[in-house]
Amino acid sequence: MKFKWWHGALIFALFWALLSPLASSSPDGLERVAEDKGFMEAAREAVFEVIPDYVMPGVGNEAVATILAGIIGTLMLFGIGYGVARVLKTKKG
Amino acid sequence: MHIPDGFVSAPVATVGCVVAAGCVAYAVRATNKKMGEKQIPLMGVLAAFIFAAQMLNFPVAGGTSGHFVGAALAAIFLGPWAGILVMTCVLVVQCLVFQDGGLFALGANIFNMGIVACFISYYVYRGASLFGGQKRGKLVGGGLTAWLSVVIASVACAFELAISGTIPLGIALPAMAGVHALIGIGEGAITAAVLSLIMATRVDLLELEKA
Repeated sequence: MKFKWWHGALIFALFWALLSPLASSSPDGLERVAEDKGFMEAAREAVFEVIPDYVMPGVGNEAVATILAGIIGTLMLFGIGYGVARVLKTKKG
Repeated sequence: MHIPDGFVSAPVATVGCVVAAGCVAYAVRATNKKMGEKQIPLMGVLAAFIFAAQMLNFPVAGGTSGHFVGAALAAIFLGPWAGILVMTCVLVVQCLVFQDGGLFALGANIFNMGIVACFISYYVYRGASLFGGQKRGKLVGGGLTAWLSVVIASVACAFELAISGTIPLGIALPAMAGVHALIGIGEGAITAAVLSLIMATRVDLLELEKA
């Protein structure tokens, strides 16, 4: 198979997923505001959980679990984005 | 900036879902009309990259972190409608698989980080490019656009929190806009870096959105 530009782009995206354990675990902007202004406790637990907090359940090493979650999500989104676009291209309506 | 369930009231969440569903339905029709062969892998890699980059929270002042949103990047490459579709894919997967952003708040999150951020980005970027199409101008325009998209999305979020009765607008607005003005600097830097990489390698990919 010939190497196309988007193969490189996908590898680039996966490379970012590999860096995911380096992410800051501090609260994000909205969480910071919620903590400072005292409405954090209004947040409700998720109705169901699949891969909560970007950590693959059942994997002992947290960095590995995070990378796995990142790779799964990145590949999943490539597939969905590509698939949606393909369907929209073929089904001219 | 993913809103968890409980931060927005049932009416706000419902309106968010209805507006998001309507916009996404229209975006499907609009994208369907002008979809080209090159956009297919482009939508795939943009969704993949935006997801991966969103995981990398970077520290900003005072024990707070921020993360890339990517709406500006998506809208610059694909235009607002296809950009909204890419952002919707990312936000839906984050919500359903990774429990980032509440299930009932999904509409509000798509509204803020997808619809609002993509439209602001697209029109500001197009407006800025009228002042000169030089490479540096595009990078600066793209970066400023990305910064603005995050700040405006956070303002939309502040309004939703206020209308929900979670926190008064007078407190929510400066707090949300203030912290996201810092986080937006990261958004601008990442967006400009990716644009610069594309200009150096495949500049034609930036020319697809000329309709």
